[in-house]
Amino acid sequence: MDTIDQTAMKQGEAEKDGSAPVVAVVDLHKSFGSQNVLNGISLAVGRGETLAVLGRSGTGKSVLLRLIIGLEKPDSGSVRIHGQDIADLALDQMGEIRKKMGFLFQHAALYDSLTVEQNVAFPLLHHKKEMSKSERGDRVEELLAEVGMESALAKMPSDISGGMQKRVGLARALALEPDILLLDEPTAGLDPISSGEIDDLILKLQQEHHTASIVVTHDLHSAKTVADRLALLNEGDIVIQGTFEELQESDIEFVREFLKHS
Amino acid sequence: MTDSRASAAADMSALRPGPPTLPASSIVSTTGLINQFLEWFGDLGIFFWQVVRAAVTPPFEFRELFRQLDEIGSKSLPLVALAGAATGVVLSMEARFSLTRFGAKSLLPAAIVFSIIHETGPIITGLVVSGRAGAGIGAELASMKVTEQIDAIEASAVNPYRLLAATRILACILVLPLLTLAADFAGLIMGWVAQALVEPLSFHQFINSGFKGADFNDFLPPTFKTMVFGLIIGLIACFQGMRTQGGAAGVGRAATSSVVLSSLFVILADVVLVKIILIFFP
Repeated sequence: MDTIDQTAMKQGEAEKDGSAPVVAVVDLHKSFGSQNVLNGISLAVGRGETLAVLGRSGTGKSVLLRLIIGLEKPDSGSVRIHGQDIADLALDQMGEIRKKMGFLFQHAALYDSLTVEQNVAFPLLHHKKEMSKSERGDRVEELLAEVGMESALAKMPSDISGGMQKRVGLARALALEPDILLLDEPTAGLDPISSGEIDDLILKLQQEHHTASIVVTHDLHSAKTVADRLALLNEGDIVIQGTFEELQESDIEFVREFLKHS
Repeated sequence: MTDSRASAAADMSALRPGPPTLPASSIVSTTGLINQFLEWFGDLGIFFWQVVRAAVTPPFEFRELFRQLDEIGSKSLPLVALAGAATGVVLSMEARFSLTRFGAKSLLPAAIVFSIIHETGPIITGLVVSGRAGAGIGAELASMKVTEQIDAIEASAVNPYRLLAATRILACILVLPLLTLAADFAGLIMGWVAQALVEPLSFHQFINSGFKGADFNDFLPPTFKTMVFGLIIGLIACFQGMRTQGGAAGVGRAATSSVVLSSLFVILADVVLVKIILIFFP
């Protein structure tokens, strides 16, 4: 029988050659009270791949991301990160998995009592204790430069725009150099120019970091730009998964309707 | 849920023949309230267990603990001292009036000292801190909850029970006895001032007379019982804050319920603690 280290090593090798997904969601069900949100979702994302999850508002896209990072518990089904089922992990065990994940919240969720610099330094301060203060400062500046926010170091989150907050949120999500990036509506509420800049930024980061990314959005243009594959969610089910061209060729009524109105 | 059950029960009772002695809806709503209370207590117990587990395992959040000691301790000090001072003055005036009527004016310093160190100092400190720090913690954590900042902490692989709750609860436990000393001191000083203004009496005489026959059992247990008040205030405020739902209204509700519940439980705990102290330190 393999040890945990051996299993992790095999999983890592399989992920590198593309035969094993980095994130695997199998038959995931979630409901809140009497409201069924997800009815048996299954999907997988490999290393360096980006999946965009599309759908109407309130169809459970954000809930799916929260289930993947363990902020919600599924009713049934499983979420496997690097081959590890996260269902019954304790908070600190889950923490070890989360160090490999970056999460951009829909409204950025920056810590409002901390400056932009302190927000980005937060994960480093807690998980890279070996870093000196100056090394941490350099890393924060590097991350903020990557998202074009190096001039906002000392500002408070309330002093910058929504688009800028998302950029800072993205820098914070990248601080621990994650293998998996979960982005919840990265372009929602932004003007077309800021949306385009965020899309370009996501593409640049994917090329440089080779992360497995899941982007939740209802912005078809953004999804088409950043994703290798798209999954369309409706009433808790994935209606179709495939490339943008495959979606365009689909005969499914909802898919055609969604594309027509996007 | 409770409302719908209550209205359903009311509809059913309207169909039954004969006048009911007690409306079914009130029985159902009473049961619902009891259920809610038990559920709240159960959730509080689970929350407490999660905080304890997080607090005793590394990494320890010393930086945040020191920040909270300053936030809850240093910044509550002026308010607690002022409340203690006012209590000292009131006690002095009231006790003078009562004791003079019964010809026991010489006991005035002892009455003030014992009242303050036994009861008024600790309880005033507990209530002032539950008002100031309880509301502050409840509102801060509730605001963080509704803006997903607590989720962001968790998503950053940091245990929010350790970073947010354990540090605040521990800070409350540690600062309450120190703040109680400040309230006691301010109360005694102002009690003496209020008395000295009416009838000349040196501070030395006041203290000598007041502490005559007193020992550490009169002073230490009531001071250290405030650690339990600290636990109650910190625990309830963190719990109410971290379980908030519903935007700005939820934040307001969390702040209010933190103050109301922590003040209530501080007073209830005081009843039990006074009895325990009287048994073990007669």
